[in-house]
Order: sequence, then C-alpha cells, then structure tokens
Amino acid sequence: MNILVALAAVVGLFLVGLLGGMSGLGWLFGIVIPSVALLLFLGGMVMKVLGWAKIPVPFRITTTCGQQKALDWIPQAKLENPHTPLQAAGRMALEVLFFRSLLRNTKAELVDGRRLVYRTDLALWFGAILMHWSFLIILIRHLRLMANPVPGFVTFVEAADGFLEIGLPAVFITTGTFLLGVSYLLYRRFTNPQVRYISLVGDYFPLFLLLGIGLSGVWMRHLDKVDIAGVKEMMLGLFHFAPVVPEGISPLVYGHLFLASVLLAYFPFSKLTHMAGVFLSPTRNLANNNRAVRHVNPWDYPVKVHTYDEYEDELREKMVGAGIPVDKPLEKE
Amino acid sequence: MSKFDEPDHYKQDQLLQIDWRPPRAPWMDTKPDMRPGTFIYPGKAKNLNVMGFPHARDWAVDDVDWKLPEGWQKIVLDGMAERLTRYRSFKLFMDTCVRCGACADKCHFFLGGGDPKNMPVLRAELLRSIYRKDFTAMGKIFGSLAGGRALTEDVIKEWFYYFYQCTECRRCSVFCPYGIDTAEITMMGRELLGLLGLYVNWVLEPVANCFRLGNHLAIQPHGLMDTLEFMADDIEEATGIRVDIPMNKRGAEILFVTPSGDFVADPGIYTCMGYMLLFHELGIDYTWSSYASDGGNFGLFTSHEAMKRLNAKIYVEAKRLGVKWILGGECGHMWRVINQYMDTMNGPADFLEIPKSPITGTEFPHARSTKMIHLMEFVADLIRHGKLNLDKSRNDHINVTFHDSCNPARAMGIFEEPRYVIRNVCNHFHEMPENTIREQTFCCGGGAGLGTDENMEMRLRGGLPRGSAVRHVQEKHGVNQMAAMCAIDRATLVTVCDYWAPGVKVTGITELVANAMIFTGEKKRTHNLRLEPIPGMELDESVGEGVEEGAAAHV
Repeated sequence: MNILVALAAVVGLFLVGLLGGMSGLGWLFGIVIPSVALLLFLGGMVMKVLGWAKIPVPFRITTTCGQQKALDWIPQAKLENPHTPLQAAGRMALEVLFFRSLLRNTKAELVDGRRLVYRTDLALWFGAILMHWSFLIILIRHLRLMANPVPGFVTFVEAADGFLEIGLPAVFITTGTFLLGVSYLLYRRFTNPQVRYISLVGDYFPLFLLLGIGLSGVWMRHLDKVDIAGVKEMMLGLFHFAPVVPEGISPLVYGHLFLASVLLAYFPFSKLTHMAGVFLSPTRNLANNNRAVRHVNPWDYPVKVHTYDEYEDELREKMVGAGIPVDKPLEKE
Repeated sequence: MSKFDEPDHYKQDQLLQIDWRPPRAPWMDTKPDMRPGTFIYPGKAKNLNVMGFPHARDWAVDDVDWKLPEGWQKIVLDGMAERLTRYRSFKLFMDTCVRCGACADKCHFFLGGGDPKNMPVLRAELLRSIYRKDFTAMGKIFGSLAGGRALTEDVIKEWFYYFYQCTECRRCSVFCPYGIDTAEITMMGRELLGLLGLYVNWVLEPVANCFRLGNHLAIQPHGLMDTLEFMADDIEEATGIRVDIPMNKRGAEILFVTPSGDFVADPGIYTCMGYMLLFHELGIDYTWSSYASDGGNFGLFTSHEAMKRLNAKIYVEAKRLGVKWILGGECGHMWRVINQYMDTMNGPADFLEIPKSPITGTEFPHARSTKMIHLMEFVADLIRHGKLNLDKSRNDHINVTFHDSCNPARAMGIFEEPRYVIRNVCNHFHEMPENTIREQTFCCGGGAGLGTDENMEMRLRGGLPRGSAVRHVQEKHGVNQMAAMCAIDRATLVTVCDYWAPGVKVTGITELVANAMIFTGEKKRTHNLRLEPIPGMELDESVGEGVEEGAAAHV
C-alpha cells in the first residue's frame, strides 16, 4: 500500500511536469517552480539546521566504539573513541564520507536452531555508497548547465566519469551506479521483511523520486537526445536572474526538472534532512572526554536531594551503635 | 509446576522457535501481547511519594483502566515539546532516522524474541509516530500517510511495554549510520510515562531506597557494617588476614564507591571481598561511605532529574569527608553516569585533586575534571608497575572469558584495562566471538532496571545472544567462568548462563585478582574467596614454597 502510494505520487508528478511542458507552461515549470523549490530547499535546510543548532546539548553522550584514552601505555582508538574535537572531526569525516557505522553491519542467523552467528553484511553499505556518491558526482556534472564557462573541476569530473567512452554521447559510469544503488535500496525495502514492515510512504517516495529523476535523465541523454543547448540557456538564465524560456525544449526536460524540484522542496520536511543531521549527531561528533573536560548543561537546575544531615539525623543512633563516626553527637537522655 | 518467573518454566526448544519475520498486519494495528513473564509490575504509590513524583496511585499492568490522570494527553505532548527544546539528541533522533533497518537485528530482545517492536527502529517509531503527528508539518498535513498516529491510551500501554523491554544497552547505536542512540529515546519515553505516574517498581523502589538510605537495597549503615564484617570473617577464613573496614572516615585520601549489588548478591560479594583485600594489601588510606553507599543509579532508568538527585551524594560525601579523589568499583551503569553525567550534573569537583595512585605515583589526567577513576584503571597501573604480587597458577582451574558490560563498553570504551588485568591473573583466557564483545558486546538481558524475575521470559530471550556466545567458548575452549565488571551482570548473567550455557559461573575481575594475589602474612591458601577448595593447592610442599617465595619477594 505504502509502495503504491509513493509510486503513484512519483508517476503522477512526472506526468504533471511532462504535461506542463507540452502545454506551453515553460515559464511555470522551467523557471517559477524550480526557483521556488530551490528557495524552499535552501531556506528550509537553513531553518532546519538552525533549529537543531539552537537546541542545547545538555550532556556529552558519545557512543564509544574503541579503546578510551586513559593510561598512557594503552593505545587509544582515536577515531572510534575520540578524546579531542579534532579526533571527533576525524570520526565524523569517516562517517560522512565512508558511512563508517554501516561498514560494521552484520546479519544474524540462527544456525542449527540454537546457535546465533553474525556474518558481515555490506550490501546495505554498498548500495548506500553507490547511490550517495554517484548522486554527488551527477550533481557536480550538472553544474555544467548552470555556469559558463564550465568550471575546471566539473570538466574533470565529467571526463573521469565518462572515461569508458562507450556510446555517443558517452555513458557515464555514475549513471549506471546511481540507478543500481537506488534500485538496490528499493529492492531491499521490498524484499527484506523487517525493512518492509517499518517502511513508510516517506521511505519509498524519495527512492522512487530518485529513480524517476535518474531514468528521465537517461531517457533525455541517450534515447531522446534533447536539445541540451536550450536547456543550458534556460538554466543559465535561471541562475543569473535573467530567466528565459527558449523554444523547443522537450517536455521530458520539464518532467525531469519537475521531479528534481519536488525533491528539493521535499527535502527539508522529510527524513532526507539526515544529510545535514548526521553532522550534528551528538553520539558521533563529540569527544569522549567528560572526565577530563567538564561539559556544562545550560539549563541545569537545582534538584531536591537528601542531604547528609537529613540522613544522619534519621540514622545517628544506629551509626553510633555500629561504631560509624557521626558529625553531631547523640543527644544524651 | 514452575511459574512464569522461574527459568524452568520455559522450554529451550520453545524459546528457540524464533521467527524474525514480522506479521502481515501493520505495526500500528498490532497490540502487544502482555503475558506474564514479559512485563514488570508497576511502581508502587508509596515509592512515588518518597520521591515526590506526581500522580502516585496503585494500578496493575493487566488492568484495562490505568487511571491516567486528567488531561494526560496534554501532559505527554507538553512533556515532549519541552524535551524537544532541551535535548538536541532527542530532536535529531526524531528527525533523521531513514529506517534503513541496520539496527533491526542488533537488539538482543529482537534476536531472542522476534517481536518486531523490539527492533530499535520500531521502538523509536513508537515515539516518532506521535512526534510526526503533532510536531511536524508533514504529519499535520498528511497524518497517517506521513507515518503519524494519534496519542491514545493504547499508545501509552505500548510505550510502557516496550520502553521497559529495552535495556538501554546502546548496541544498536554502534551500527546506526546517524548514531541514533535508542537508550536516549527509551529514556525520553520513560520520562514521559513518568509524567503520568507510570513506572516499574523494580526500578522505582531502588530509586526511593537510594534517595533515603544511599543505596538501592535499603541497607542501613549498621547493616552495611555488619555485611562487610561478615565478608571480613570469610576473608580471614580464606586467607588468614583480618582486613579493616574504614567507614565514613574523615580525612581519608580516597573515597571508594561501588554498586550496592556487591554487598549482598552472590557472586558480587566475592568481588567486594576482593576490593577489601586489595586495599588492605596496598595499605592505602581509603574509606567506604554509608551515605554514598551506592554508585549505581537507577535514576538513570527513571529520569534525568532522578539520576541527578541520586548521584549528588557522591561529590557531597567526598567534600564532607575531605578526601582527595574517588575510586569507583566494578559497575556498569554507574560508570555511564560517572563518565557521561556526574560532572555536568553535580560538578565541578574543584575541591578534589587529580587522582594519583599512592602506590605508583601515576597521575590520571584523563580524570582531571571528574576526579574519579575506575578500579580497573587503578589496578592495571599497579600491575604494570609490578606492585601486585601475583601467583596466576592459583586461578589455573579457571578457564575464563570476559563479558564487556554495555555501559563501560559503549559509554566509556574501557576495553583493554580489564583484559590486561585478567591476563595477568589468569593463565587461561579466551575471548568470545568478535561480534559479541567490545563495542559489539551483547547485553545480559537485565540491564536498565529489567533484571527482575517478573519478566523472566524476556530476560531469557534477551540473554540468548550472550548465552549463545558463552556456550560457543564453553564448547570450543572449555570456558567455565565469565568475568564481568558490572554488578547487574553478576546478578543476571548467572541466570543466563545457567539457562543457555550451564556450567559457566560468573565472577568479578577483582575476585580473580584477589584469588591470584599473594598477601603479606597470608596463611597457606587452600580455599578461594568462595571458600571452595582450590584444585592443586591442597598439596603441601610445592604450593607452600611458592607462597613463601612470593611473600618474601613482596617484603
């Protein structure tokens, strides 16, 4: 059910973009909606991150995954159990760039009906790495459409990505890896019973959206071979605040662009905020150095405690009887 | 006929019929099966009253009406709103989960039971679904389509059931790509339940005891003295040495704080006897405290405020007695509180000095703010400097493995110190499989206040992953003891081992240390601290010589 809702939403959205392009609503789907989506994305993410950032971190709670720093002859696991902010930054870099925690993933099995064993399971890590890194490279490639002259690093990434030189226009490696990654993640959501059980519309929707964006991209580049010059003219105009809508842009472009706009606009209001959230995760970005450096809770407040005097007043006689020293002597009868 | 609170009641074959595949019906439409043996009895009104907690009343889990206070929905939602603005972690953990499911088969309760709501992701979704409905734009617009649901009494019952089926062990947090810490989510869930007067008595009674009498077990000061005296008698019987019991001693150099479980429960008491012998042999100037007679803190399993209220006594007592620094015994969650909360909640401890070993002169700058070090840090340093006179062969009949307790592992990272100590006092040490130790260690199934017999079925199920790993080293290496530096472990793992790996006993590390130590002026050691004969030590000549040599070397 959740799958169908998400799939229907994405197909519907694509058709809306396609039809918009066909019925001459180029301004709306080529200029207005992408602009609004971009503003929603930027504004929304800034708000989201500021919203998180303004909430205090009352305690320094890390998840330690390696040896602590204590005795100087026992080597500390600097990246798995950082003691300084710099080490914590290193840990964060591993997490953000290489999905360190997913690299630990195991799959449990019950062998012979009674023995639990755990096998390394990197399929999720691999699918996630494929999808995210390919997506990043594809985004960088798309900068070609938004800047003139094309920045050197974009050309470089493009050349590297297309080094196989298969087909004309050349097939980029990341086109395949991106589609593969997204497809695997979707496949996993369909077939892994536990993951399927927990999946919401909001888990399928972004994956279908990415798949839709990717497939329409392939269609435009390799099957339909749309007028890329016109698209670049429109995009350049958009990013230089001089919007133009050239004639003869394929409706496919508008379908693709509309899905991308929806993705942008949807981003800050969904689980996709994990992109920014991961940087703020207290269990990963803090140093485990509480015993060395005091952490202050900004909203700390006094609490009712049971004082020593109250304790001794209640128990003085028994303490004296047991030979335990007391602060105030027993009152004589 | 055994009852649901006894291990015998459960057939292994039946418990092992585990199906990790979830049912067809969506989880929001599925109510928990609250059968005896899977939940813990409610907190009693008298204990809420000791703490001054609101909405004290007596009720039962199987009551249809839990007598929720008037306006309870507003109380919960206001409570959530307040916590969402106070804890960045809570807000982030509500927002960033992508439901990738990496955590699903990392929870011992899920592995041993198969209930999908024990998958950490779904445990969090129990709260997150309410969060989405009432605190997010998507949830407000799209409702259940966006994964939101209304806050009903059934939701509260479900929270109670599953937030007290989480031992806050944080294993899932190791695997989460966003570091989502289910323990913090469970803690929030329990705090919100607490706002409605809903607690479990197994947690709340210790909290009330600890508040008034300094320890969870309601041991009064004279009772504590008696207990330690009894131990001193047993120590004398085993070693011929009479140890002192410095109690509430002003001007001592070191305040020693340990979990109260070490005072009463077998085998924790042998670890406690080990502490007493160790300190006696070292001749250090230390003191016990009857007021701060528990480093353990069930407040951690109740609310942040309760934790702070119970923890306060440690620094207060250190100041009153005028000690220089604090030494902490073998406890799990106590060390989570000390390492992650104490200084923030009840510091700064600027009246104390940086811990420094009076024997080796080693300073411990990693504790320069909190001023409290772990006994294993202290002992590892002693051994490194050759300050303990050890005869490992006295532990030769022991084939030991080491269970990393959740909190020292994942809230601290004290992995090598205990191993170094064990290797120096035992000749036969075997690790369990790597996915079950260190940061990936499995909970005993009874942490976070769930170590009662009332939920025996869940404890046995939750103990399966640990039990299975113990059984593995038992069969492969002939392991017959498991060391753990946690008082809850020393209580709960006995049940787990007896059930899943019978024949493996549980021990603290200091017990092993004391059994291997050669004490000045000791009598011929024929019995260990459990007063069991030590195999191979009954023979006179060889052992006797060894002792004399050792003793001479020590002088």
